[in-house]
Amino acid sequence: MLDLSLLVQYGPALLRGFGVTILCWGAGCLIGMALGFVLMLLRQVPVKPLRWIIRAYIEVIRGTPFLIQLFLLYSGGPSIGLRLEATTAGILGLGIYGSAYFAEIFRAGYQAVPKGQVEAALSLGMSYGSILRRVIVPAMLVSTIPAIVNMMAILTKETVVLSIITVPELMYEMQTMAAETFATFETILGMALFYWLLVEVVSRLGRRLETRVTRFLTHASPQGSSSETATARA
Amino acid sequence: MKFSVIVDALPYLLGAAVTTIWVSLLGVLLGQVIGVAVCVARQSGGRVANMAGGVYVSFFRGVPLLIQLLLIYYMLPLIGIDVPPLVASIAALGLASGAYVSEIYRGALNAVPHGQSEAALALGFPGSSIWTRILLPQAFRISVPALVNELILLLKASSLISVVGVAELTRTSQTISASNYRPLEIYLAAGLIYLAINGALALFGTLVERRLQQA
Repeated sequence: MLDLSLLVQYGPALLRGFGVTILCWGAGCLIGMALGFVLMLLRQVPVKPLRWIIRAYIEVIRGTPFLIQLFLLYSGGPSIGLRLEATTAGILGLGIYGSAYFAEIFRAGYQAVPKGQVEAALSLGMSYGSILRRVIVPAMLVSTIPAIVNMMAILTKETVVLSIITVPELMYEMQTMAAETFATFETILGMALFYWLLVEVVSRLGRRLETRVTRFLTHASPQGSSSETATARA
Repeated sequence: MKFSVIVDALPYLLGAAVTTIWVSLLGVLLGQVIGVAVCVARQSGGRVANMAGGVYVSFFRGVPLLIQLLLIYYMLPLIGIDVPPLVASIAALGLASGAYVSEIYRGALNAVPHGQSEAALALGFPGSSIWTRILLPQAFRISVPALVNELILLLKASSLISVVGVAELTRTSQTISASNYRPLEIYLAAGLIYLAINGALALFGTLVERRLQQA
């Protein structure tokens, strides 16, 4: 069994690694959502070529493995003058990867906003900016919370892949520890249990958030909440 | 950008893509078997079977695939089974896929009207043939879109088995770009090959779906 004194020795490194994991995850989610939101808005602009380009971007990101995207960014980047540190490349990679999925989630949310609400806002003389801010986005966020939480849980799991391009996150620190102590199996098992817990916590928190923001919907509309915020592949 | 680099590497990349495809297919097949077994056990078995199935699904959907892969890769030798990386990879892909597939089938089974199994029961069908003749065929048909989606996800996830040294598309791209110092071109080509395979799979899925709707 795992020698517990090892945890004392490697504790600081593992904690630092966990910090990097959380940083990559948080920053990656933020960039992904921001970029995804912009993409969704640009897709509403009635210019055909622009729509095609965005559509192609989304299809390419969703049709290729995350690992290949990371390699392209981190190893391929320098060929076109894009020299990034591993962690920066990792955050950017997560953000780009997430943006395609978030763009699709937001698009579904945007389309689900009842047309009558937008028309009502227009007839009240609201500008497009304030319709977006006060009518569309709030309704959109509420209806897409389950999908957003699900995507965030997926990204939690994707942070592990960053260890392959040597981002010093938790998985990377753990592999260093395993290599130095030869306690490979125990460390990986511990890591599996830890991520299981982490993803479970993210999903639970998400579910709670969902019930909280949709509580006023339970009587107003039948669609309501209680969709499964399960975790998907990473 | 030098396109001649891509042209030179293309035969190797395509060969590796074939490995990616059949490893994924074997993973999906194993996932189907496990998924159906887990789903049936959870629906018709007792509470213990249901709980064990629940833990299995939760674990394999909650733990990152890379960690599952390393776990299986390092665990099998410990219990005396020495397998090549390829076998460990297929096992890992299959186990992970099984968890998703069992949930897909669970959802599909809910969509099969309850009256059907009741009618079969009333006609004197034994329990096993209610599953094989009534429930599973319909569940399969309902879940075709989700299963094709699962196949695409698994094909993308198979890039992770490069970590344990299986010479599939990602690993081969790494090897080639390490020797010719042209990562941009090589990874771009690899990405396009993945995209093409996934596009073909999606098209195939649409065709199968249309076909099943006619029947």
